[in-house]
Amino acid sequence: MELTSNAPAGPIEKSWETHKFGLKLVNPANKRKHKIIVVGSGLAGGAAAASLGELGYNVHCFCFQDSPRRAHSIAAQGGINAAKNYHNDGDSVYRLFYDTVKGGDFRSREANVYRLAQVSVNIIDQCVAQGVPFAREYGGLLDNRSFGGAQVSRTFYARGQTGQQLLLGAYQALERQIGLGAVKMYPRTEMLDVIVSDGKARGIVTRSLTDGKVDVHFGDAVVLATGGYGNVYYLSTNAKGCNATAIWRAYKRGALLANPCYTQIHPTCIPVAGDYQSKLTLMSESLRNDGRIWVPQQPGDKRNPASIPEGERDYYLERRYPSFGNLVPRDIASRAAKAECDAGHGVGPTGLGVYLDFSDAIKRLGKHKIAERYGNLFEMYDRITGENPYEVPMRIYPAIHYTMGGLWVDYNLMSTIPGLFVLGEANFSDHGANRLGASALMQGLADGYFIIPYTIGNYLANTKSETYSEDAPAAKDAVANVTAITQKLLNANGKRTVDSYHRELGKIVWEYCGMARNAAGLKKAIGMIDELREDFWKNVRVLGANEEFNQSLEKAGRVADFFELGELMCLDALNRNESCGGHFREEYQTPEGEALRDDANFSYVAAWGFQGQGRPPSLTKEPLAFNYVKPSQRSYK
Amino acid sequence: MFRYEVPGVNEHMSFLEMLDVLNERLIEKGEDPIAFDHDCREGICGMCGMMINGKAHGGFKGTTVCQLHMRHFKDGDELYLEPWRAAAFPVIKDLAVNRSSFDRIIAAGGFISVPTGSAPDGNAIPVRKLDADLAMDAAACIGCGACVAACPNSAAALFVGAKISHLAHLPQGQPERDRRALAMIRQMNREGFANCSNIGECEAACPKEIKLEVIAQSNADYIKAAFTERPETAIGGAG
Repeated sequence: MELTSNAPAGPIEKSWETHKFGLKLVNPANKRKHKIIVVGSGLAGGAAAASLGELGYNVHCFCFQDSPRRAHSIAAQGGINAAKNYHNDGDSVYRLFYDTVKGGDFRSREANVYRLAQVSVNIIDQCVAQGVPFAREYGGLLDNRSFGGAQVSRTFYARGQTGQQLLLGAYQALERQIGLGAVKMYPRTEMLDVIVSDGKARGIVTRSLTDGKVDVHFGDAVVLATGGYGNVYYLSTNAKGCNATAIWRAYKRGALLANPCYTQIHPTCIPVAGDYQSKLTLMSESLRNDGRIWVPQQPGDKRNPASIPEGERDYYLERRYPSFGNLVPRDIASRAAKAECDAGHGVGPTGLGVYLDFSDAIKRLGKHKIAERYGNLFEMYDRITGENPYEVPMRIYPAIHYTMGGLWVDYNLMSTIPGLFVLGEANFSDHGANRLGASALMQGLADGYFIIPYTIGNYLANTKSETYSEDAPAAKDAVANVTAITQKLLNANGKRTVDSYHRELGKIVWEYCGMARNAAGLKKAIGMIDELREDFWKNVRVLGANEEFNQSLEKAGRVADFFELGELMCLDALNRNESCGGHFREEYQTPEGEALRDDANFSYVAAWGFQGQGRPPSLTKEPLAFNYVKPSQRSYK
Repeated sequence: MFRYEVPGVNEHMSFLEMLDVLNERLIEKGEDPIAFDHDCREGICGMCGMMINGKAHGGFKGTTVCQLHMRHFKDGDELYLEPWRAAAFPVIKDLAVNRSSFDRIIAAGGFISVPTGSAPDGNAIPVRKLDADLAMDAAACIGCGACVAACPNSAAALFVGAKISHLAHLPQGQPERDRRALAMIRQMNREGFANCSNIGECEAACPKEIKLEVIAQSNADYIKAAFTERPETAIGGAG
């Protein structure tokens, strides 16, 4: 199979405009004849469902939570990037494009990234118009701040709750369409399979989470906006329900999955406190704007931080990277923190922590100003740890946060299954091997508001509508598949709980496919996961029945998929003999310990294809060309 | 009613982690685990919620139950857990309830009608900083329903008021301000929420510390809209 991005040739500044004009349109009177299925109601899914509903399509939207407003996009804290250059400090669409390609360590598709930067300005306008209460300066205009990996101030924010406000804007737009009858919403409904007929995505199979009922939903196109797979690590900043089932079932139906080894570890999360820990809490990267990261210069120094004088503190990011300092990109900051802790300089009860200190900022700006910028984050920290960041430095440690890998999509955001589109974190596209802060919100909304409405129209205009009945072979096969998996989980009747397997899987992938990887470890991990997965199917305990509200059954299906995805992730990491962005292979590093890319041999997207249960997946490479941003060794010194 | 003993609780555990531990033990014994809604575990999604000894989310200021840590309890404490009690929140199982009534209220008018792509530049309309801050204070509502659960009447006034107030403080919210108040409050009544009688339990229970002021704002908007309401002379525009 050959992968073509379908991005137009010609000058990149004109690519999207040229492409849009070339896309076929669906006559306004015909739009309502097309049924579109949207799975996921976060920033990407909610924005898509609302926009497609506004256009007149017949949209059916599904989410597993009790309401579209619960999607995990709600938890994003710091902000959203846009190339408005309101601060007159040198920002532009081109610079945002450049920063994002560079930040992605030269492993993304230039055309997609340029378009992302281009539509970023429209996103802010749309959100303001929806009533998103962005922070304002006294003159009444929008305020900005800087974020990791950028030397300009381009991040728009709403206190430390930007994701919440952006999602509520999209959610409110979605509810308006639901109220008008343009969108039908199915909450507490989980997608468990894709129906592929005549080589096209023609619908989905769902299970109701309240009563177990399995249903078939046909559509002229299917949009997956189901988020990332960070929960393969069990402990992550994701919500407990976040899962990869939708994209994994699509993978098994033929959608290629790209670059799963590109996982992002966020440098500033609250450290693990104990074995019962259920998730890790993110402390927004925006804190790094004003906080200073340090460790004691003496390894094993257990003194109270207030008693460690300036001269005995190592502000290691400022020391190693003078021009970016505390604002180096996430992968660099995370590895630096791990290195300091491995060398014995870590703080806190587990020694796995570094300080994020606001005392200088409080002295300089005053407590009131710091409270205004970070108030809710400080409260959150206090609530969880019992420590007050206005008085003692925060303790932070890196944690899994975002996944750059996902289903492969072309320039139209369509996967290798015609009619199956993938948006937001669920797709692989714009962030390369490392995502910059404040760009996930940007990408989700770009995909949902400004890209899919055009590209899906082109697909629909070019594709003959079909009517299927529930007896269609593809539908019956998908329903049988879903029912079989459910029964297998309920009938295992083993001794171990689902969570205990999930925790063990998480430890394996964190240890061997986390911040630093090596060939021997990855091979070992693949073996361990394989063994654990086999044991799971024989020995898992899922009480209750299918025809009820059964949270163990829900979790079991998701964990079953995580085993397989975890293995693929390790395989991808093993295959990629270089270090880039969030993928760090110990065997490939510069003398200073930075990622060493191998552009000659690995400047490609690794797209994996399911070849059947128990068989090795196929690997198709999409070569990457960098015509505008010349690959260089990423330096933030 | 079921009674469970949970020995060996660590003070750094969160409340829901303690329930996870209990559930794991129950499953190991072959007993049905306790069903409860949760997701983000960081106080922002609004999915979790239960009464602990008669107080929504446990009754600790500005704290959702997922943010509540066991250091706030003592060894030997007996805790009564109940789901949100309201006719408009039917119970699904154990502590999980159906809050789709909230979504229908938002669908009735909790939005600004601006189709994608039709927006002016973000800085075209300056917004007074105080207004943006007050809007944000009200917009911080997570839609958890604690206000309804805490209210002796099961009124949804704080939830509805929060959204009305958020959009009322912004210039972009002005064109639909009257329609919004009428539509949302009428839907709220249809859903079976009771009326507000200014008790104030909601403000005390709200984990996001939304102020009673939002109810005053929504009452003012509603009264003004009710007095000035007139039939539409032409249906059109952002429909």
